[in-house]
Amino acid sequence: MIRITRKMEFSAAHFYHNPKFSAEENERVFGKCNNPHGHGHNYVLEVTIAGEPDPATGMVLDLKELKDILQREVGDRMDHRHLNYEVPELAGQIPTCENIARVIWQLLELKITRGKLDRVRLYESPDLFVDCTAQNGDGSAADSGARN
Amino acid sequence: MTGAVKVSLTRRYRFAASHRLHNSAFTDEKNSDLYGKCNNPYGHGHNYVVEVTITGPVDEATGMVANLGDFDPFVQREVIEPFDQKYLNEDGPEFQNAVPTTENLAKVIYQRLSKFPKARVERVSIEETSKNSFEIFGDGH
Repeated sequence: MIRITRKMEFSAAHFYHNPKFSAEENERVFGKCNNPHGHGHNYVLEVTIAGEPDPATGMVLDLKELKDILQREVGDRMDHRHLNYEVPELAGQIPTCENIARVIWQLLELKITRGKLDRVRLYESPDLFVDCTAQNGDGSAADSGARN
Repeated sequence: MTGAVKVSLTRRYRFAASHRLHNSAFTDEKNSDLYGKCNNPYGHGHNYVVEVTITGPVDEATGMVANLGDFDPFVQREVIEPFDQKYLNEDGPEFQNAVPTTENLAKVIYQRLSKFPKARVERVSIEETSKNSFEIFGDGH
């Protein structure tokens, strides 16, 4: 099996706020990220597709096609947008790196035309990224940690 | 139909420290042969980069695997304060009887970070320089 990875960037604004929390609790839990005016990041997205190369083309998935899928599903939705207000798939969720990466996984999973979505890695900054991968069949991989 | 997704978060931290690779059970000649320049008795230093991966369910109330408001101070206390601007061989308890290779440092840092109570520490990777890195996984691999 071969894994291919395509990278793209998008820039977006967000802030963290849970309407079920009091103002004090929002401030305590989310700190500076709770600023209601929002702030922004240059997100870097790496999408990995796993599969066997097509014998006729030598490709797992044509990178041009993957680029177009990423632009359509992620770029057009999120680039230069405010993630709290303008992305319906994030409605009702706090637009953390975890939730954005998970939404990107869900947007892409069924749109990949060849091979299988293997990993979504989303950098919020060079020192912070989130990975989404398929959970093991027995469901053990993701849920073994204690809840925050 | 979409499948279940595992979410992990990776954060990079930095500290600078000095060390010397030397095993007192070996002769000076063997230490010199084995560790080369790293055996210099005056020691030398690195800008270490520690990459920590934590995993667990995403708390729906916060959208987070773990709040960095909790994790950053924990790493500060467990890794940065004990090791930053220190001589690894002598300034802490862990390398009094162990050679402070980055393999051993990765094990020590993993043990310290695995005590984090709010998410599972899955992986620690340490870059000793931009050309060397050392990785340890929580399942012992």
